[in-house]
Amino acid sequence: MAEPLLFVEHLLKQYGDKVILNDINLTVNKGEVVVILGSSGCGKSTFLRCLNALEPIQGGTVRLREESITHDSKNLTDIRQKIGMVFQSYDLFPHLTVLGNILLAPTKVQGRDKAEVTQEAMALLERVGLKDRADSYPAELSGGQKQRVAIVRALAMHPEVMLFDEVTAALDPEMVREVQDVMLDLAEQGKTMLIVTHEMQFARAVADRILLIDDGHIIEDEDPEIFFTAPKSDKAKQFLNLFEFHRPKKNK
Amino acid sequence: MNWAFIAKYLPMYEKAAWLTVKTGTAGIVLSVIIGIICAAILYYRVPILRRLVSTYVEISRNTPLLVQLFFIYYGIPKVTGIKTDAFTCGIVGLAFLGGSYMCETFRSGIEAIEPIQEESAKALGLNKFQIMRYVLLPQALSISFPGFVANVIFLMKETSVFSAISLMDLMFTAKDLIGVFYKTKESLFLLVVFYLIILLPISLLGSFIERRLRRG
Repeated sequence: MAEPLLFVEHLLKQYGDKVILNDINLTVNKGEVVVILGSSGCGKSTFLRCLNALEPIQGGTVRLREESITHDSKNLTDIRQKIGMVFQSYDLFPHLTVLGNILLAPTKVQGRDKAEVTQEAMALLERVGLKDRADSYPAELSGGQKQRVAIVRALAMHPEVMLFDEVTAALDPEMVREVQDVMLDLAEQGKTMLIVTHEMQFARAVADRILLIDDGHIIEDEDPEIFFTAPKSDKAKQFLNLFEFHRPKKNK
Repeated sequence: MNWAFIAKYLPMYEKAAWLTVKTGTAGIVLSVIIGIICAAILYYRVPILRRLVSTYVEISRNTPLLVQLFFIYYGIPKVTGIKTDAFTCGIVGLAFLGGSYMCETFRSGIEAIEPIQEESAKALGLNKFQIMRYVLLPQALSISFPGFVANVIFLMKETSVFSAISLMDLMFTAKDLIGVFYKTKESLFLLVVFYLIILLPISLLGSFIERRLRRG
């Protein structure tokens, strides 16, 4: 039986008079991997940021189980601990080592025992192939390594949901895969994830559900196989066409 | 140059130098504390307090230390009846002046940090205080380190104004000796030497740390 975890109802997001997201409704079940697609500026990253109240919303509700997530919630820091987020880049703390980055929130926010968290952090680092970099500073790591550390840092808080905001968009192509493999591994473990990406093949592989956002609305909410092989709306067809190449027909 | 005179009054300068170092250090430490608190208030735009801090910064930066000291030493006792000694007044005056300089230096350091740093800290569940303490301040201090060192040197030099409230610091001692013995050359020579002894190490240490920070 699917257990609903994250609820979004009639979400409205505006910047001044400009409507970014309008009447967004979504329920994410535990263990589900939802990939959010859409052209640049359609509001998909903003949507993700509304889910942990990094962006204040102007209408509707976002809930994790029974707890409402709004910008002025008293227990906002408690809820955010349950929602891990990884950004596009530059989100590691440059003055702390890899291990320092991972330990900060579990020890200072959750008050957990340092030795216990260190042990867990090392196990997670080993899983993503970075055990030997625990004492490195972020400046000494490649882009792909930084993102893997950022994922581990979020995981060390034991979040119920993970949000990924175009985490491979700023990476060199040869580093994209190592980060995607970590996310595929998490999907296999049954982590609940919402992923914003531009990588179509990865989306198809990792997703249980594909959402297509256009002009502030969810216009498709589909099984990935159906979405990629037989999209229903014209907008979805247009969007997928952007990723299709046809061999140029040469004269002669 | 009368070396016998210099040898004779060297201990007096030494004592005065200690006073300069003590008042200067105490004032600077307080400045840093005031500066960090004020910078955090400005950065987080705390209602009401933010207004108070802005007003304080403008008053403190746009009036001379001498005027501030006169106000604290002569003005406040007249109004409140509470009289404090020159030593305390010197430290309070220096902290009042230095707090605004430190505030502005740290604030510009915090504002130079990528906004994503604060966002990722928020996403990890850190509260505002923890974000400031563990994420923003450590980075801001290293960014604004050159400005911080400049402030420290500036404030240490400003202690020379303390002589006006008859604190027996280096400046006071030199003026005193010139007045009594007319040994202007020797007195000023010692004055310059002692200020350099205090300030050069700060300056050199500052550049050393700055170079290391840039490499890290």
